[in-house]
Amino acid sequence: MGCRKTAALLLMKRKLRNDVILIAALLLIAAAVWGVFRLARRTGDSVSVTVDGKLFGRYSLHEDAEITIPSADGHFNKLVISNGSARIESADCPDKLCVKRGFVKNAGQTVICLPHRVVVTVEGTGEVDAP
Amino acid sequence: MRSTRVITLLGVSTAAAIVLSYVETLIPVSFAIPGIKLGLSNAVALFLLYKLDWKAAGAVNLIRVLISGLLFGSIASLAYSASGAVLSMLVMAILKRSESFSAVGCSAAGAIAHNFGQLLMAVVILSAKEIMWYLPALIVSGALTGAAVGAATALLIKKIKID
Repeated sequence: MGCRKTAALLLMKRKLRNDVILIAALLLIAAAVWGVFRLARRTGDSVSVTVDGKLFGRYSLHEDAEITIPSADGHFNKLVISNGSARIESADCPDKLCVKRGFVKNAGQTVICLPHRVVVTVEGTGEVDAP
Repeated sequence: MRSTRVITLLGVSTAAAIVLSYVETLIPVSFAIPGIKLGLSNAVALFLLYKLDWKAAGAVNLIRVLISGLLFGSIASLAYSASGAVLSMLVMAILKRSESFSAVGCSAAGAIAHNFGQLLMAVVILSAKEIMWYLPALIVSGALTGAAVGAATALLIKKIKID
């Protein structure tokens, strides 16, 4: 009985060790992916706006602008461009995650409003940021 | 286990999973990244995976995704959760079968797989591959929430006798 209990305990210990290794490996992958993305980071020149996967418009990041993006059923997201970065200033979506996302200015960064299916993507072939 | 007991268990499990999906909509987890959530209802799938088999867990999980998607979500959110659920179920079933991981590791990897599946679906639906930028954040959040849900479920697996 005592022997079996010890064996079960050992098995559990081994599994927990494997758990830690597994989770650490996955976190390492996250760090690696982040690192690769970070190295490829370039400052953006413009933002493209798609609604429902279709291009709505493309705007330069070098000129300040305010654009209201209409989406289905009369909803909206308001895009504001200032000082070379863009953000969704206000929207009438339920979760407001797009507003909380804040400013984006590097190529590849996105602001996404899932409820309205609006994606704002920074584009550009500018210089690589100094590390 | 007698078949009536199995049927009852699966029914109760499905109901519990749907309730957990609802509870989840009451808890606002609002980071600036879409797709981050607790994944409470994964506890049910994990429990069934360890107590019965992957078929039972997968069936209950799919019905849960379908019903809670229709009740609390939209067609788009249904597509996200479905692709996430299929991928996470696959990963968890493989890890369980390997006999090398506890429910905690299984759940964490499953949660990350769920987030990854969701992200792939978002890339397809929104046709914007830049969404992959969210992958690192979704891996980290999946590891945290998955391990937490897994630890809670490990207790349930130990304490609840079903036969």
